[in-house]
Order: sequence, then C-alpha cells, then structure tokens
Amino acid sequence: MRKWFLAIGVALGLSALAQTGKLEIFSWWAGDEGPALEALIRLYKQRYPGVEVINATVTGGAGVNAKAVLKTRMLGGDPPDTFQVHAGQELIGTWVVAERMEDLTSLFRQEGWLQAFPKGLVDLLSYKGGIWSVPVNIHRSNVMWYIPAKLKEWGVTPPKTWAEFLATCQTLKRKGLEAPLALGENWTQQHLWESVALATLGADGWNNLWSGKLKFTDPKVVAVWETFGKVLDCANKDAAGLSWQQAVDRVVQGKAAFNIMGDWAAGYISTTLKLKPGTDFAWAPSPGTSGIFMMLSDSFGLPKGAKNRQNAINWLKLVGSKEGQDTFNPLKGSIAARLDSDPAKYNAYGQSAMKDWKSNRIVGSLVHGAVAPESFMSQFGTVMEIFLQSRNPQAAANAAQAIANQVGLGR
Amino acid sequence: MRDRITAFLVLLPSLAAVAIFVYGFIGQNLWVSLTDWGKNPAQALALRPELHFVGLENYLELFTGFVDVRFRQSVVNLIFFTLFFMGGSLGLGLLLAMALDRGPKGEGFFRTVFLFPMALSFVVTGTIWRWLLQPQGGVNVLPTLFGLPPFHFPWLTTRQQTWVFDWNQLPFYTALAVGLTLLYVAWKAHREGERKRLFWSLLSSGVLLVWAFTLGRTTHLLPYPEPHGFSLALVGVILAAVWQMSGYTMALYLAGLRGIPVEVLEAAKVDGASEWQTYRHVILPLLAPITLSAMIVLGHIALKIFDLIFAMAGLDYAPTDVPAIYMYLLAFRGNQFAKGAAIGILLLLLVALVVIPYLVSQLRKEVRR
Repeated sequence: MRKWFLAIGVALGLSALAQTGKLEIFSWWAGDEGPALEALIRLYKQRYPGVEVINATVTGGAGVNAKAVLKTRMLGGDPPDTFQVHAGQELIGTWVVAERMEDLTSLFRQEGWLQAFPKGLVDLLSYKGGIWSVPVNIHRSNVMWYIPAKLKEWGVTPPKTWAEFLATCQTLKRKGLEAPLALGENWTQQHLWESVALATLGADGWNNLWSGKLKFTDPKVVAVWETFGKVLDCANKDAAGLSWQQAVDRVVQGKAAFNIMGDWAAGYISTTLKLKPGTDFAWAPSPGTSGIFMMLSDSFGLPKGAKNRQNAINWLKLVGSKEGQDTFNPLKGSIAARLDSDPAKYNAYGQSAMKDWKSNRIVGSLVHGAVAPESFMSQFGTVMEIFLQSRNPQAAANAAQAIANQVGLGR
Repeated sequence: MRDRITAFLVLLPSLAAVAIFVYGFIGQNLWVSLTDWGKNPAQALALRPELHFVGLENYLELFTGFVDVRFRQSVVNLIFFTLFFMGGSLGLGLLLAMALDRGPKGEGFFRTVFLFPMALSFVVTGTIWRWLLQPQGGVNVLPTLFGLPPFHFPWLTTRQQTWVFDWNQLPFYTALAVGLTLLYVAWKAHREGERKRLFWSLLSSGVLLVWAFTLGRTTHLLPYPEPHGFSLALVGVILAAVWQMSGYTMALYLAGLRGIPVEVLEAAKVDGASEWQTYRHVILPLLAPITLSAMIVLGHIALKIFDLIFAMAGLDYAPTDVPAIYMYLLAFRGNQFAKGAAIGILLLLLVALVVIPYLVSQLRKEVRR
C-alpha cells in the first residue's frame, strides 16, 4: 500500500515539474481539418522540442460542441492555454467584454502584424483600444458556385445583381429546372441572407447595421427580407433536410444552377468530388457584392490565467507568422490572413481569393461570428425561423430589432 | 438503536451526495433562473459573474416576450409529441402484445425483434430515421420497389402546421381542459357516491368553466395574435420514437397478459362473454396498473426528449423544437444562462407533474399494506 502512495506521489511531483513544458490548444479542428492543425503543431514542435503539446479538440462543425465545452471550462476557472475562436465579435462579445482575454497589441507591434494583416481585418479584431486574437486563416462567405458547362447548356451567364439573378431564375424555371438555387439547412439559409443583405445594403450599410446606426426596421433592411423571400422561391423545398455538402451536390449533379456558400465549398468540390477549379467548376462573388470580401476567420487568443503563458505566446507567434500560415492554409483550404503569403502554395481558387483579399473592401460575416456577438447570432436563427414560417418581412425585421435591443447590439 | 445508527451511517454518504449534487444544484438552478445572468454580455462569462435578482422576469419573458415565440412553439410541440408518442407506443405495444399472447409460431423470435429497438440509443435511432425520412430516399422510394410512383411526403422538412390556434386563447383552453377534467372527476364521484368530492369538484369545475367563457375569452397574453399549432414535421420524430419504445410497452403488456389468472378468463367464458367483451371488461381493466406505469415511464421520456431530435433534425430547425433544445440554444450558444435555467425549472415542474402523483399514490398503497 505504502509503495503505491509513494508511486503516486512521485508521479504527481514529476508532472508538476513537467508542467512548465506543456501547451494545451483547444479547437474544433478534427476530421477533414485535423491534418492542417497537426501540420502546424509539428512545426511548433520543431521550434520548441521541449514542449509537450496537448491537442484538445472537441468535434462538431463550426464549433457547435466545442464552444459549449469551452464555456463550462472557462466558467469553472480552468481556461486552456489558447483556444480557437472566430475572429471578431464572437470573441469580443463573449470573452473580451467579460475581461477574460489578454490584450495582444504589443505582440502585434513586436511581430509587425499591423502591417502584415490588412487594416480591415485588424479593425474587426480590435475593441476598446486593444487587439484580441491572432487570425490564422481567412475564408470568404459571399461566393456563388456554378458549373460553367451546365450554364452554357442552359444558355445563361452568372448573374451580377440579385435582380438579374431573379430574372435568370425565371429563365431556368421555364427551361424545366425546378429549383435553380441549391439551399441547405438553417444556417446555410442565414448564410444566403448575409449575401443578399450585403448586396442590398452595400458595405457601409452592412457595417452600420452592426454598429447600431442602421435599424433593422429601416425600410432598406426590410427590403433585404423582401428580396430574400423572392430568392428563396428559386430554391429547393427540401432545404431543411440537406447539409451544405448535399446542397453543393445538387449543383454538381445539374439539379440546380447556383449555390451560395463559403469558400470551404472549393475544397469540397475539388478534393472530395474531384472537379478541377476554374474549368470543371467556377465561382463569382455572390450577386451584387463584387469588390467586397465578406470574410470570416479562425483565430487564437490568450485567455487570462493561462497556465503556460509563454508557450501560448510562442504558439500565437507561430500562428501569425508567414511560415505558419502557409503551412496551415493550403491544407485547410483557406487563404492566409497575411498579405505576403506565397501564392505558389495554393490552388487556383486560393490564388484568386488571395488576389481579392488584397484588393477588395473587407467586411465581416454575421453567421460566422465576425460582426455580431453570440447573444445576437444565436437568436438570429429564430428570426430566420419566424421569416420562413410567416414569410413576413416586417415581422422578421421587428424580431431582429427586438433582439438587437435586447442584447445591446453596437453598444 | 445500534441498528438505527449503523443504518444511518451507511446511508449518510449517499444522502449527503444526493443533497448536494441533486437538490443543491436544483436549488442553485432555481436561484439562477430568478437572476439576470446573461442579460449583459460583460457579465455572462466573467470569472465571477455578479447576479442580480429579477424575480420571475425570465419566466414572464418566455411566455409573453416577443422574441421567445420559439419557446412557445416548442412547448406546443412538446405537448403534441408527448400525447402522440404515448398514445402510439401504448396502442402499438398493446396490439403487438395481444398478437404475441396468442402464441404464434416463432413467438420468441418476434418478441426479440420487437424489443430490439429499445436497446439502441436515441441518437442511433435518430440517425437511422433521418436517413429513412430523406425527402428523396428511404421510406419515400419504398413504393417504387413495387413499380408504384414514389411518395412525396416531405417528412422532417415540412413547415406546415395543423390545428393552429392563437396563443392568446391559451388561458381559455387551459381552463376549459381543467374544467372538463374536474367535471369528469365529479361524475365519477357521483357514481361512487362520494358526496364531499362531488361537491368540491363540481364547484371548482363550475368556477373554471364560467371564468373560461367570460373573462378567459378576453384575457390576452400578447397584444397581437400569435398562431401556434401541431407542426407536421413532428410526425417523423413521433414515428421514430414510437418505433423505439413500443417494444418496451409490448414487453410490459405481455407480462401483464400472461399474469392474468386463467380462472378469470374461464369464468368470463362460462358467463358467455364474447372475445371483445372479455377484452373490454376483464383484460383491459386488469392491465390498467401496467398502462399507468408505462405512461409514467413514457411520459417522462417524452418530456425530456432532446437527443432524438438533435440527431434527426438538428438544433436549428424550429418546426421540431422542444424546450430542452431551446434551453441548450439559449444557454450554451446565446449565453443567456438565466433564461436557460428558467426553462430547466419549467421542465422539472412538468416532469414532476407527471411523476409525483404516481409516487404519492404508490407510497400510499404501500402504507395501506
């Protein structure tokens, strides 16, 4: 018996000594996205071989489960050393306002990131004079996907505005295509909404909506819902039962002409469905949004009370570095947040996105956590359900404004 | 005396554990539900959140607030789900048990087959049935096997509702339902000759019904009409749940049927009862206690349902929402912990409403013995 106690005591003592050499990274990157994270961790281990990296992933797309686990850990006073979070309000509105994060401005200065990242992105990461997380990748939300050969067959071109889109939709319906737009479950419908809203309101109007300067009940915003309703009439009726991949499948199979989805779709179509980017399948900014890059980004932050602070800071340095980003992103199917990354490492879609990233106006995505706090975002799903049930633009606008008031949007 | 002390000491650890980990946390949850935790994002996830007492505001908001329309629909969904799920499982279970009771060939085999679904977890059932109920696959293409055109029922993806009513009519309907139930109690009391019970139940039912048809019609919870109804998307969920649990009720009923003394049945036969009459007046009354316990078990499963719907339709699909799912959304996605706690307390009350009368009546029976 005593021997056992001794053994346990020694083990505890050893692990206490070893604690200085640990780093716990909390994320939801498993499955398809796992290899990208692992590559980044390998790079970290090369630089800091003495550190034991704990890869704490909680699976579930877009972090649905991971975020709940993270919240219970943080509430219990047991923060991981660093965690993945969507850049922008999802981090700021939940963790920064609760004073759980460390300001990273000095790290940004020291590493020269203020110049390396575009200003629009740094603005989205900033709140009350601080910069709160390090973006590792960039995805684009406002992209329309199609198969050029099919469009040629139907005799249509990718529409440039939503009005044009609706006209094209009617043409295609006359040609016997029942649902020219492919749509999936609830969040993909919100995803479509943000593209319609961006086109209708413009970049400034979109930003004003989230700073509270433009009300949801404003006629301009109500008009978004009206257009959205007409666009929905072009979509398949069984949307609620389809995942985003199944919606993309409809386009590839020729059951639909267009799909609005983030650019992770490029990875799915080229890697899983084995189509060639640029020739077999093609893309355009979603109607009415050319010249605007609606971005979302995964980032890592530094929670207060991290047990291995220095190791975490080293991780953040790697995440923000050119080498780190060019290792991670080609595997993840996203582009680097930095402006100086190497295009040769990316495929045809990535290269075109990088070009837009450098030249376009940058705004943040709603559905993917950049522009609105979680308290608003999670209830926006309810607004969407109210609209889908009633098809009443004013009712949806009222509900959205009520939630915005309730959570103090833009304050 | 020593026995008592030992018994007490043996029970103490589990008593303490239950007191802290069950009742303590229920108490804490109740407290949280009466605070403003989550109203202010700066407070929601602070290391030491400062909670302020707000009374019943969260509850009030859930039932009358503008943005919580989804909660109200989820309550309506839950009620319909519970009714159909219990009815379906009991009915199907009884039919299966009656069929098997006749001792067909391969009874053991069929018994196992019907019981098997119960061995699965709801997540597995949900995943299987989601595939089966795809609009363009599974059940819908079944007829094509026989050269018939496929079905076009949209199952889980429909947004249609039937039996739509205005939420503002809720006080009226509630009073009506309770009043009618009391009237039934009064009728039974009358038949059993219990004067006192007859008087009280008749009086309270009368008051309720009068209130329902006078003030109840004009009491409005909301300043605008808000339609709610039975969402047809639930049909698929109910189907899956019944598939899973009817084997269980079958097993219960089968045991009950086997437990009926042969003498009773033979006596009925001697008296010249037809088969239907035997079922109606002999077998079913003898199965009543089994029905009751099955209802309790099914009822609390139905009220707590979460995993099945999570797997079948996901969290974001309002037509199949139930309060447990909305609670998860509010608390863990929206950081509205106080409101989530309020839903938790409401669910606890609902389950208590089902379970406590049963426990009380069971305890009384034991004391009588």
